[in-house]
Amino acid sequence: MKKATDPVSVPVSSEAVDRNYDDAIVKMFFTATVVWGLVGMLVGVLIALQLAWWPANLGLPWTSFGRLRPLHTNAVIFAFAGNVCFLGIYHSMQRLLKVRMFNDLLSRIHFWGWQSIIVAAALTLPLGMTQGKEYAELIWPIDLAIAVVWVVFGINFFGTIAVRKVKHLYVAIWFYMSFVITIAMLHIVNSLAIPAGLFRSYPIYAGLTDALVQWWYGHNAVGFFLTTPFLGLMYYYLPKAADRPVFSYRLSIIHFWALVFIYIWTGPHHLLYSALPDWAQTVGMVFSVILIAPSWGGMLNGLLTLRGAWDKVRTDPVLKFMVVAISFYGMSTFEGPMMSIRAVNGLAHYTNWVIGHVHSGALGWVGMISFAILYWLVPQIWHRPLANPKGPTQHFWLATIGIVIYTVSMWAAGLMEGVQWRQVNEVGLLSHPVFLDIVARLRPFYWLRLAGGAMYLAGAIMMAINLWRTIRGPGPPARATQPAAA
Amino acid sequence: MTNPTRDAARQSDKTYGKLHRRLFEGRAGFFTVSMTIAVLIGGVAELVPFFTADYTPEQGGWVTPYTPLEVAGRDIYVREGCYTCHSQMVRPMRAELLRYGEWTRAAEYRYDRPFQLGSRRIGPDLQRIGGKYPDAWHYEHMRDARSTSPGSIMPNYSWLHENTIDPDDVTRSVRALQRVGTPYTGDLEGGVPMSLQGQGEEIVSRLAEAQIETTWDREIVALIAYLQRLGRDGNAYLSQEDSQ
Repeated sequence: MKKATDPVSVPVSSEAVDRNYDDAIVKMFFTATVVWGLVGMLVGVLIALQLAWWPANLGLPWTSFGRLRPLHTNAVIFAFAGNVCFLGIYHSMQRLLKVRMFNDLLSRIHFWGWQSIIVAAALTLPLGMTQGKEYAELIWPIDLAIAVVWVVFGINFFGTIAVRKVKHLYVAIWFYMSFVITIAMLHIVNSLAIPAGLFRSYPIYAGLTDALVQWWYGHNAVGFFLTTPFLGLMYYYLPKAADRPVFSYRLSIIHFWALVFIYIWTGPHHLLYSALPDWAQTVGMVFSVILIAPSWGGMLNGLLTLRGAWDKVRTDPVLKFMVVAISFYGMSTFEGPMMSIRAVNGLAHYTNWVIGHVHSGALGWVGMISFAILYWLVPQIWHRPLANPKGPTQHFWLATIGIVIYTVSMWAAGLMEGVQWRQVNEVGLLSHPVFLDIVARLRPFYWLRLAGGAMYLAGAIMMAINLWRTIRGPGPPARATQPAAA
Repeated sequence: MTNPTRDAARQSDKTYGKLHRRLFEGRAGFFTVSMTIAVLIGGVAELVPFFTADYTPEQGGWVTPYTPLEVAGRDIYVREGCYTCHSQMVRPMRAELLRYGEWTRAAEYRYDRPFQLGSRRIGPDLQRIGGKYPDAWHYEHMRDARSTSPGSIMPNYSWLHENTIDPDDVTRSVRALQRVGTPYTGDLEGGVPMSLQGQGEEIVSRLAEAQIETTWDREIVALIAYLQRLGRDGNAYLSQEDSQ
């Protein structure tokens, strides 16, 4: 099979050495990824502690749960996952299109702009400056900055595509394109608001319309910020790490188009049993259930890419991370449609089950595939082997066990509270009329969740130290093609 | 070694690929436009009906806009991220009706900007909290939730009892809400501060009956005004419907 003409195979990496690619920007995004990842996860562990042991709120406004929870979600989604996406896109698209990024200055504006936005978020959210819409909490001046930086990124991205040296666009690029376009659309439509001073604003939508626009945005932030760009990354880095072509080109075409078309409809499943008109709830539910097909198409295309290479999974921690990531992607995208079915949602909504579901996607899929990419990429672009080659395997087990403890404790907690909220006795009265009794029974699960989350954070710290030692350490530079943990 | 199934799949991949490659992959602009249309369809189909039709009919105007003090209290509710633990949506289910009261009607949200339906019940739903407890209960509950609700895991919000609201700031908020369509009328410059103090003093006097001393411009007073307002219009209207 001739690799150069076959769109299924990724160009071989040794060519990269000869080309004038901008790897400095990739290194910058790498540093940001690791730093913000640790910050975001640390805040997550802190708010997990606050639920298990309320005095950890410290009695201060800027450390109370209600202000720190948005800081955690914004940090892990937009700072950690966002920088991973940019890192992977800037690294892979230059190689896929065999051309340097369109404009180095735009790359730097994008990098520093995005990091400034994160710093602004980290300052304003604890101060209570918020728009009060989940995952869209940042105040309007920051929203404007996001729009500007995103346009800069878009120009740089499509500019690179315009000057590309390879005619055909590889499947990873399609997913990146959907990320760039759709996030811009979602962000702008959901953020429309009238300011009342510099730090406060009111949305142009009211009530349930505001809720619908927000969840159209919110669920597609999951779809187009935490799913499509990461599928693009999977399509580039998995074949690279496994040294196998993608299983099915046809499947990649079908699942791409089906995914981007269907995902956008699913938002109303966040508003089941609300006073939102029934037709909208039903449309949201039906499309959510259909979404399982393209999601599993992507999962199968990823897992089957490893056909004939499963022996490598035993020894290569990068592939271990990827296999678990793709498996969690499959599990979350099965669980999500299930929870979108009205009857199931009636039990699951508002409970810890949702938190378990989100984290099986976030820790399992997004986190694990990010770690795989980081372990693979650092030896590649710094041209040296890992400082501690055993580290990734230890990190892998710590993270995997941590996720299992986290998700299982939250599933159990969610089912328990969901059932006890609704349970009625033989005369038709609530079996658990005192809400606080149920809260008290959740405490052991909150401690377990904290333990699982702390393990996951500990793994990430190990990775940060390992990669930092790799980059800064005295080890002699190795060949560029040295795989991560061979 | 040959595998007929896999070879057939490869062949079919090629035919499929040829079409897709010719149509899209070499033409980035066309690809981008097509993809944009694919993601626009769902959004337009779901959102546009809400922009054109009114799904929160006035129904006799039984829902009234928030008073300036309630606006200030709601801003505090949003600032403190109360929505991260409390929902404002009673679902039409037997257990929810028993625990919280009437299920929430769409019209009850008509002046909510931003909406605060929430996504998690770490604490109970607050849609029908208005009037359920006296003002003094909320005052103590915010200072230390354990004092009124043993076993609660809610943080202490003691700064609300110290901080004061700024009437100019609230006037700005009311004016912005007016600009997005909330029907406030009259002279806001003079009316808002007067209304703030008037409603605040009522709460202060009710707190005084419980031996609590405070002033009308404390943040806690505004928050109590908002919490006591929650579900009030709905409760009044729906109970009146019941009795007919």
